[in-house]
Amino acid sequence: MQEIIDYIVSLNIPLIDEGVARFIMHLVLASIIAVVAPAMLIILTWLERKIIARIQDRIGPNRAGPFGLLQGFADMIKMFTKEDITPATADRIVYNIAPGLSVISAIMVFAVIPFAPGFVGADLNVALIYIVAIGGFGTLSILMGGWASNNKYALLGAFRVVAMLLTYEIPMVVALIIVTLAAGSMSMVDIIEAQSGMWYIVSLPVVFLIFFLSGIAETGRSPFDLIEAESELIAGFHTEYSGIKFGMFMIGEYVHMFALSFFCAVLFLGGWQIPFIDVAAIPGPFGPILGLISLIIKVFLVVFVLMWFRGTLPRFRIDHLLDFGWKFLVPLSLVLLIGVAVVVRLFAPGSSAGVPVEPGPLSALGTPGEVVALLVMNILVAAAAVALVSTAARRSRSKGLRAVASVEPVAASGK
Amino acid sequence: MPFDPAMFDPSQIPLVEIVFWAMTVCTIGGALGVVTSRNLFHSALYLILSFFGVSGYYVLLNAGFLAVVQLFVYVGAIAVLVLFAIMFSRRMMAAGQSQANQQWWVAGPVVIVLFVMLLAVVGSISWPVTEAEPSGDVVNQLGLAFLGSYLIPFEVVGVLLSVALIGAIILAREKTAEE
Repeated sequence: MQEIIDYIVSLNIPLIDEGVARFIMHLVLASIIAVVAPAMLIILTWLERKIIARIQDRIGPNRAGPFGLLQGFADMIKMFTKEDITPATADRIVYNIAPGLSVISAIMVFAVIPFAPGFVGADLNVALIYIVAIGGFGTLSILMGGWASNNKYALLGAFRVVAMLLTYEIPMVVALIIVTLAAGSMSMVDIIEAQSGMWYIVSLPVVFLIFFLSGIAETGRSPFDLIEAESELIAGFHTEYSGIKFGMFMIGEYVHMFALSFFCAVLFLGGWQIPFIDVAAIPGPFGPILGLISLIIKVFLVVFVLMWFRGTLPRFRIDHLLDFGWKFLVPLSLVLLIGVAVVVRLFAPGSSAGVPVEPGPLSALGTPGEVVALLVMNILVAAAAVALVSTAARRSRSKGLRAVASVEPVAASGK
Repeated sequence: MPFDPAMFDPSQIPLVEIVFWAMTVCTIGGALGVVTSRNLFHSALYLILSFFGVSGYYVLLNAGFLAVVQLFVYVGAIAVLVLFAIMFSRRMMAAGQSQANQQWWVAGPVVIVLFVMLLAVVGSISWPVTEAEPSGDVVNQLGLAFLGSYLIPFEVVGVLLSVALIGAIILAREKTAEE
């Protein structure tokens, strides 16, 4: 990015000094992100239909354009030209703000994502809290939409979604804290660089699972798509929305999902890194381009897994979902947090960015030792958690069986 | 006067002032909205606007961490809980609620006294301004301070919050049949 700014300055255009050049550069990049992220809706919906169709042994969209590629455009045109209905008793202002807020909150998180070495909108040193804080506006938009529609189904849908979002925010934040601990920084760029030894999906697989599952719940996708439990809630909080405003909620959902894939790729899959190649050291424009391609491949890998989930898993029931969050993910993530803190402390010098820390007792083992120790700790915690859950399940099941067996057979009467 | 591009200096745009006044409009306008709105839900939304403005001040003051935490805690958690409570406890769209209740004659003098006190405090302080550059990595320094020199207050706050959390769960728990 600095090279491009230097080039613009070297053109000696009047009024364009370095500050202005930097401003223009950021403006252009921000516009690209703000346009491309919602436009991804067209590609993502097409991809989703195709993948789910294949999973369900169908063909999927195949009429509009080659491979049905234009289906998304057709849907967009349909959505834009539909009548925009506002219920007579709706709270007009709040009702109209909500869809926009949903899109804004989904796009704003892209500001901190590093796309390639040197290409990041804002390398905040609080990037991880920032993404959770901005996610709060998404929750807000759902509440506003559900309330302002003045429809009981919409309100119930909003309640449900927000209960779910608040539940799954906790394991998600704890997973982010664990990543912070391991990387020694909350800046996304530092986290990517801390993964140059080993990606966190290898050293912290259980943390990745927790983050991924709670992330899916946060985006409200299958199997956590209670928002769209048609049989129970009609369409949830956006029951009353039609046309472009419904489209904006949909854009919000898909951009959110896309952002989640970016977070998984950046925080756990090494971001723009390629194994055995130091992308940042490649001179000229090829380094950033290679890095971007590597990141995009990882992102679409995660997107594919998300769609795979949607094609294969049935929907959670609301009480199961809250139980799973509160009784399984939250305790598991807290135990992992303690475990990672201990392991990272034992290996202190390999994992801290900028903070003066004296070496831990096991520091001689270096990064490979830390990776192995983290992995072993993760597996142990996961095994203990699964053992605990299965014991509890077996006990409650045998209790149920005893209850059934203890019922005295009623003697046949009437003879 | 015609616009002369050669005389125009982009560095002369008072960006900080513009942002400051925009945030002030957000904060004070939001706060006024909270107390004047007749609809409780709207009041809560104005409160969020006000919180948002305050976090903008933090950004201007180079306290990015505080700004993000302000959004995270107040907008993401507290405001959403407030909205949740309002939606559960009020009739939908219950507009036209009075801004005052029977206790206004107690609350009024208290508010006036508080306002005068705050005004006196704000007026009597000579706000010190330092020319020093803001120190670089605030997050690291905050972390070191919390887990170093201020470890005991930090832990006590943690215990306090846990006690409040557990107490709330016990109070709200459904009584089972055998209790």
